[in-house]
Amino acid sequence: MRGHVRWLILILLLTGFAVWVSLPNTKLSNVTDSCYNTSDNLKPDQGIHLDFNDDCKDDFGLNVKQVFGLDIIGGLRVLLQADLPAGSYTVEDLRNTSNNVSKRVNALGVGEATVQVQGSNRILVELPGVKDPQQAVDLIQKTALLEFVDFSTVTNVSQYVGRKILTDAQVQADQSRAAAEAESTAEVTQQATVDVTAEATQQTAAEATAEATQQAVVPAATPVTPAEEPGVPDPTTGKPFHTVMTGSGLQSAAAQLDQSNKWAIRFELTSEGGQVFGPFTGGAIGKPMAIVLDGIVLSAPTIQARLDTGGTITGNFSQDEATTLALQLRSGSLPIPLRVVSSQTVGATLGQESVNLSIRAGVVGVIIILSFMLINYRVPGIAASLALLVFIVLNLAMFKIIPITLTLPAIVGFLISIGTAVDGNILIFERMREEMRAGKDMDTAVDEGFTRAWTSIRDSNLSTILISAVLFLFGQTPGASQVSGFALTLAIGLLLNLFTAIIVTRTFLHIILAITRGAIKDRHWLMGV
Amino acid sequence: MYSLVQKRRWYYGFSLAIIAVGIVIMIYSLVTRGTAFELSIDFKGGSIYELKFTQPGANEDNIRAVFANYGDQTATIQRLGADTENRWSVRASFHEETEKRKILDDLNNLAPLDRSLSQDESVSATVGQEVTRAALFAVLVAALVVTSFIVLAFRSVPDAFRYGVCAIIAMIHDVLIVAAVQSVMGIVFKWEVDALFLTAMLMVVGFSVQDTIVLFDRIRENIPRHLGEPYETIVNRSVLETIHRTLTTQISVFFVMIAIMLFGGASIKQFVFILFCGLVTGSYSSIFIAVPLLVSWEKREFPFSLLGKKPELTSVEA
Repeated sequence: MRGHVRWLILILLLTGFAVWVSLPNTKLSNVTDSCYNTSDNLKPDQGIHLDFNDDCKDDFGLNVKQVFGLDIIGGLRVLLQADLPAGSYTVEDLRNTSNNVSKRVNALGVGEATVQVQGSNRILVELPGVKDPQQAVDLIQKTALLEFVDFSTVTNVSQYVGRKILTDAQVQADQSRAAAEAESTAEVTQQATVDVTAEATQQTAAEATAEATQQAVVPAATPVTPAEEPGVPDPTTGKPFHTVMTGSGLQSAAAQLDQSNKWAIRFELTSEGGQVFGPFTGGAIGKPMAIVLDGIVLSAPTIQARLDTGGTITGNFSQDEATTLALQLRSGSLPIPLRVVSSQTVGATLGQESVNLSIRAGVVGVIIILSFMLINYRVPGIAASLALLVFIVLNLAMFKIIPITLTLPAIVGFLISIGTAVDGNILIFERMREEMRAGKDMDTAVDEGFTRAWTSIRDSNLSTILISAVLFLFGQTPGASQVSGFALTLAIGLLLNLFTAIIVTRTFLHIILAITRGAIKDRHWLMGV
Repeated sequence: MYSLVQKRRWYYGFSLAIIAVGIVIMIYSLVTRGTAFELSIDFKGGSIYELKFTQPGANEDNIRAVFANYGDQTATIQRLGADTENRWSVRASFHEETEKRKILDDLNNLAPLDRSLSQDESVSATVGQEVTRAALFAVLVAALVVTSFIVLAFRSVPDAFRYGVCAIIAMIHDVLIVAAVQSVMGIVFKWEVDALFLTAMLMVVGFSVQDTIVLFDRIRENIPRHLGEPYETIVNRSVLETIHRTLTTQISVFFVMIAIMLFGGASIKQFVFILFCGLVTGSYSSIFIAVPLLVSWEKREFPFSLLGKKPELTSVEA
């Protein structure tokens, strides 16, 4: 009996903690407010943050915020693929691209954005709750090639603003891409002749060959994308404009008001950037320079001084224009152009309805199961019902602590695990009944029920856990990610069930029997027999 | 004692009839639509738009015209819900983001769109192929896991092979019935086979085998306890002893599923319905297919009579 009381205390403590965690806005913090005075260290509105030695660092930190999937809170999910042949870029390039995408996404001010490199050539972007998904995609995908271009030969500078020009940095980028593509075409064609049955390979090969032929005919200097009109070259020489520095030379850029209360962009250079930019600007004071994004002249300021570490771009900017230009400068060019291979946009209020309905379904289901267990098994049913409530609370707490992103399939997985959770109890109670009918006394029957049903419970949970594992692996494919949510909540439910169905139910049952022993002793119907 | 197992010919006939009807429907679907199951964009790539207009004005023709404008002649357009809801679903080929935006803007010109109640998804052919490959791999691994599970569960039992084969036949029975249901729903409600359908199918396989194993366990336990009784009686006794547990467990899962189907959101109903059908047929097949097959095998009834006469010492004494 002492053992059962000990278990009971442990279970109650655990359940109390789980209830607290699963309630909305769980917060426990002894970190003083003064620790949160910097802008990049905002005071968290949720979670456990304990700092025992007052150094403003959590000695114990636990994030307990429930994360919801796109299908519930709406938003955007895009899978981007490098639009360059494999082998023409490194993993490092992809990581840099992902970092830049991250910067751009953060500039949108979306709360819980995730940007993640997937495999060798993909980046997954999730923007839950984003207000304008289309703007977001635009911003992410933009393969901004930012250049500072020598315009010293140009006299009518203002005519060029807004027009597309041709620069040597663009030519270089196109050439390397064309070369890489031609290389991979040769490879793919070879494969296709070997493997005639692979339809997909054949198709790509055919496409790629067509493209390659086209490239061979047109002069190498023309951009690869044939649909776009070519930029204007330098009129005095007929050659592409000279690019002094690309966006990679920039350290930072920000919009601010200058002395005359006009919007301007303040930028800082990296040391490499300064080494190029300093001498150039020093030798071209009084001459124009163009800021070019993706070949389009954004602005053509006149150089006022030698700029070794940074400078200010002035012009007739509105606040929006200045902010946008600063953002474009800051996020710079993506090292790798990206193509959307799959995307999903969900309206903000669409999922909420489904969630409310699912919660209602869950509540109705649980009430039916509880009454069913009580009617069918009586006193043991009370123990099982209490155990089921503990099970639900523990699950909800786990979702917040791990954390599990709740999507609709994940909620279904959880609801089904509630349904199967009582299976363990049913196996035990059925055994118990059989033993009591066979004439054993109550205590022996209870013990026998638990020991004998154990193998069945273990086996039945094991087979479903194994299938969940297979499903979880299947869900790792980017196109089937919703499956992993289902598999995860189901598996967690089944594992927790091993604990609640056996230990929690047994403890509750023994305690209840100890209290009500007199009443039950001669009334076997109370034991469901 | 009520005899369940004696009427086994009826159960076989019933199941065969349902499966036969399912196969006929699948063949019909294959002939008329070129495929037994309509695959979703998860597997074959493409786009799906679920549109909610705030006012009437959009109809099948002008929606089709918008998509045709972007070279999509074969878009499938379906009204969702009641006429007054102004909700439509469009299945089209894969659209890049810029194209998608233009399409949505054009649709917005037909009648104002409520973006917060609309959604769209597009999957390129490459991603679709990857999902298909992963799906085939998952099925393969699941088959392997389930078979190993059966082998392990019966490793120390006489006639282990027999039990294993009967469990697998019951499992295939469940898969065929669920496939038939999906095929019918595909014709009637245009349901598509997506990643979640596959998930439901694998769950069905898991539940089916697990149910059968619980039953077989009981038979194994009862054989030495009731020596001298005919095999058929022992099997029948085992079914009756476990049927209460099977029903009780299934009922509690059914409660939850029925609640989701009645009260839950539309997007998940299809998934839960398939799971539900799988659970029903899983429980049915353990009792009415797997166990009677054991008896038929023991008695060398057709088609097991083809295996030859049974040996002198039967498993009754085992």
